[in-house]
Amino acid sequence: MLNLVMVQFMNFLLRGPLIDPFELEAGTRIPQTQRLSDNATLPTLLDGTRLHIGVPVAICAAVGAYLILWRTPTGFRLRAVGYSPEAARAAGISVKRNITLAMTLSGSLGGIAGAILVFGSEGQRMVTDGSAAGFTGSAGFNGIVAALFGGLHPLWTIPSAMLFGALLTGATQLQRVLQVPAALAVALNGIIVIFVISSTPVRGWLQRSLADSGLFNRSSDTAGMD
Amino acid sequence: MGEFFTLSVLVATAASAIRLATPYLLASLGETVGQRSGVLNLGVDGVMLLSAFFSYWTVLETGNLWLAVLVGLVVGLVMGLLYGVITVFLNATQGISGIGIFIFGLGLSDLLFRQLVGTPKPVRRLPNVDIPLLSDIPHLGEALFQRNLLTYLAFLLVPVTALLLTRTTFGLNIRSVGDNPQAADSLGVSVERTRFVAILIGNSMAGLAGAALVLQLGIFQPNLTQGLGFIAVALVYFGAWRPIGVMGGALLYGFVNATVLQWKALGIIPVSGSDLANMAPAVLTILALIVVARRVHAPSALTKPFTRH
Repeated sequence: MLNLVMVQFMNFLLRGPLIDPFELEAGTRIPQTQRLSDNATLPTLLDGTRLHIGVPVAICAAVGAYLILWRTPTGFRLRAVGYSPEAARAAGISVKRNITLAMTLSGSLGGIAGAILVFGSEGQRMVTDGSAAGFTGSAGFNGIVAALFGGLHPLWTIPSAMLFGALLTGATQLQRVLQVPAALAVALNGIIVIFVISSTPVRGWLQRSLADSGLFNRSSDTAGMD
Repeated sequence: MGEFFTLSVLVATAASAIRLATPYLLASLGETVGQRSGVLNLGVDGVMLLSAFFSYWTVLETGNLWLAVLVGLVVGLVMGLLYGVITVFLNATQGISGIGIFIFGLGLSDLLFRQLVGTPKPVRRLPNVDIPLLSDIPHLGEALFQRNLLTYLAFLLVPVTALLLTRTTFGLNIRSVGDNPQAADSLGVSVERTRFVAILIGNSMAGLAGAALVLQLGIFQPNLTQGLGFIAVALVYFGAWRPIGVMGGALLYGFVNATVLQWKALGIIPVSGSDLANMAPAVLTILALIVVARRVHAPSALTKPFTRH
């Protein structure tokens, strides 16, 4: 719901106060901002590519999130509230405060993601097509998918996000070369979520039957996955 | 502002509000049935997109509107089967499987549209049907009783759903597996079967909602719903899980939408502020949710998968 509100607000800004003055002069009124100055470009890591500093920033954020969630008392409280609000409350942990904290932290990370999207983009500007997906191309929803695929573990989201990044880039390339619509990747993302989510009980049965067969003596290796 | 408060404009606004409320109402009623059985379905938007596309495509190919409505219903039913298997029999987390269904529907409807249709072509819309006598009431009749059959169906389903939930054995089963599945199970009510059927009903109604949306507009485009399905889910909370409350929410949403559209057409809202005005329905609903949240209880077992111990 807030998503819808903010997308409309962004559309308003891009059509109104933030619009490129050139668009007003030319009368084309494409809802986009001015190009940012070249100083504001994210530095690239390898010459000749568009691999920019956003990548290490994202990896550091993932490691940071892991350290906070699994190596600090704050993180312990956050996970406790998520795992069992009743038990956490009984242990004297404020559920409301921790949910607010989690939302604030995830909002900040979302903010960094948005900034990297603008400053690292090819056009160096924000554009909107006026749709509900807005300027990110529903990167936020893809983020949910990537987080799930990584088993909701910050470190596993690194390879998982890379996989989805490759999937999306590949889909764009497919569209360019073979005229297969890029929407294919979106549909695939949905199927992946459905499969990953429904595989949890299947994994449970497999583990149980493997344990019963006595071939493997490892217990669960899915710690932290739920 | 004065030109808004003329009789003809007000009647036109009311009529468009009721038309706009139809897809919200159908989807929210379906979601109500599902949630009362303890199943949250966040995939409504995806189901609506798929059923809207297939309805649109049916009209485009055959020109038969009623076949298109039926196709929308069946698409909803099929998606319900999928969602039911995932959440009831595989016990998957409901919120996230719903997001999966949404993304799947968003992508697949877009993909199919580009492959099978390409450029949006307008199709026939649902015709308005006058109800004898009632439609002759001055002004009121024009606003309320000269609508299309799906709108009548949506509003007819409000009492039907309410009676189903409160006055039938099956409705009692739905509410009991939504509030206390353990107790229901110990009394011999099959939690799985009840939830599965509730999901099928809910998704079929979401399918109808998608058909209503596209057949009222007469055109399809990728991401046609623009998050309508998520609003429908919010309206269930707004309506405190009661069909009549849900109808109130859908009508409120329809009225705010219709008023914003009318004010834009009359120039009361300047073009530069039109995006801001588009925020109004969602902002209002959020405010209403904050107020409502203090006084009602969700079904206790909502979003909790059931496993027998």
